[in-house]
Amino acid sequence: MTSKLFLFTPGLVVLSAITGFALSNSNQWSEAELATLQSLSLSELEPLAVDPTNAAADDTRAAALGEKLFFDARLSANGAVARATCHQRDKAFRDSIPLGRGVGKTAKRTMPIAATARAPFLFWDGRKDSQWAQALGPLESAVEHGGTRAQYAHAIADHYRTEYESVFEPLPDLSAVPSSAGPAGNEAAVAAWTRLSNVQRIAVTRVFVNIGKAIAAYERRIEFGPSRFDQYVAAVTSGQPGHGILSGEEIAGLRLFIGRANCTQCHNGPLFTNNEFHNTGVPPRPGMPTDDGRLSGATAVLHDEFSCRSQWSDSRERCPELEFLVSRDHALNRAYKVPSLRNVAERAPYMDAGQVATLAAVLDHYNRAPAAAAGHSELWPLGLKARDLHQIEAFLRTLNGPIVVNGHNSTEAVR
Amino acid sequence: MTNTKHTNRLQLGSGIVVFLLAATMVSAADHRNLAATMMFRGSSGAKKPAASEFGLGPRISASGRYVATLAAERQLRPRQMQTVRVTVIDGSGQPVDGATLTINGGMPQHGHGLPTRPRVTRSLGGGTYEIEGVRFNMGGWWEFKIAVSFEGDTDIVTFNLGL
Ligand code: HEC
Ligand SMILES: [Cu+2]
Repeated sequence: MTSKLFLFTPGLVVLSAITGFALSNSNQWSEAELATLQSLSLSELEPLAVDPTNAAADDTRAAALGEKLFFDARLSANGAVARATCHQRDKAFRDSIPLGRGVGKTAKRTMPIAATARAPFLFWDGRKDSQWAQALGPLESAVEHGGTRAQYAHAIADHYRTEYESVFEPLPDLSAVPSSAGPAGNEAAVAAWTRLSNVQRIAVTRVFVNIGKAIAAYERRIEFGPSRFDQYVAAVTSGQPGHGILSGEEIAGLRLFIGRANCTQCHNGPLFTNNEFHNTGVPPRPGMPTDDGRLSGATAVLHDEFSCRSQWSDSRERCPELEFLVSRDHALNRAYKVPSLRNVAERAPYMDAGQVATLAAVLDHYNRAPAAAAGHSELWPLGLKARDLHQIEAFLRTLNGPIVVNGHNSTEAVR
Repeated sequence: MTNTKHTNRLQLGSGIVVFLLAATMVSAADHRNLAATMMFRGSSGAKKPAASEFGLGPRISASGRYVATLAAERQLRPRQMQTVRVTVIDGSGQPVDGATLTINGGMPQHGHGLPTRPRVTRSLGGGTYEIEGVRFNMGGWWEFKIAVSFEGDTDIVTFNLGL
């Protein structure tokens, strides 16, 4: 059977090359292709579901407080790092340095924030299961914000008391809590933390958690706006010609993206991500420890202090994402979260550790499909020509659109 | 067994189609799709079954012990966590209650499994079981396999689903 197929292959290559050429400059899409295009359109995005783990998620006062906290550098050990340091407004809420830079140097590249309220898992290894839990990670990480939860609780008491209390509950009495204490800080901070009573620890952690929930209430409102690609889909699915919106090269790239290059296997749906974890054989960054990606991430999220199942979650329902989670499976080794490709051209360098400098290099990676450093890559060589790769890159550039906050384009427009 | 036969016939059929195509050099989007599909990783050797093999059943288990039928509360869609129900009957049409059902599956053409671990969370009687935590992370051909273990024997029902 295999040999029979093999015999036909040279003919197929010729055939598809010829037909591919004939079609690449036309707008002719089959019914099935039109359905695929529609499935990728931003108009397919469903209304944002409520977050049962965060009772403040849709409270506008919480979002207003969260926005201030997001841009407030007082929420860090050295007073110079805000969440906005790594997630800059004019950079589509991401930084553009290969590895996130906070107080120290992280091993991972900062992920974009837009539309992350729609992701069941956050971070490249998915070790957090909500935006608020995600926001808390960097705050206590020694190399990012580098502070402690007691320090953050004091900052709220000193600068945001009224706003905090109007959204959440009265602040606890922090007079007996040292200025720095937390389970994840330096030795002194950890020692101070262990000296606190259980009641104090819970009180401080509750304020800390609410900081995350306020930030999430703000981040939840950051979404992607429509791109030229979306305009094109709106045109062709209503029977209008799409040229003038996308060029012939871009259309040819789109055809490859949903066809021969097989990108929609993972980058599907209106956000161009299936929200899952895959090993694509991206080599680790030289000089950085080789991590195992989702393999550890899946275990971490099951035991996370701030997960949907934790006492800090407002959910009284079950947590299906954790209940049916795949963990301890070798397919998760060096699997990373599939990033959205919206606005991707604006956020080089690429991949979890910023290992790949340009879109052209990303496409070269997909075309070669090298073996993974560990685990098994799910990719296989595509056999595409340089011209094909250029066309896919041209298509990816059509996915640029505004970042929308609260339904309005973000003040500093994103090119 | 019947499955294998089917596959053979299908492969032969598409071989002929491709041959004619190559000979006449017809260029149409559908044909190009076919060509593209056949150029995907062939190493798994999995060939999509005929349309008649797709759907929610009824499907007969591999050794013919059971017949299972799926029911979905909504049409199955990619990227959503979903709940389905399966009803299992035996050769004489009697509902099978008290069986242990194990769910598995994946995309044979892509070589990956299900992105979640679905499982039976409720037994509703009348041979019907509720399966929660079902998710498919892309469109295309999925196999959804239910191993039915009952009275010491296990038999597997395979559903082909088109997402
Ligand atoms: C098997 C799943 C899979 C397929 C197929 C796939 N991708 Fe990806 N893609 C990923 C994952 C996972 C990452 C992140 C990998 C990492 O960070 O190590 C990624 C990252 C990317 C990035 C970098 C984005 C960023 O913000 O860093 C681009 C661009 C990209 N893919 C484009 C494509 C294109 C174009 C195709 C088709 C040629 C494609 N992908 C096919 C899973 C996939
Ligand atoms: Cu697949």
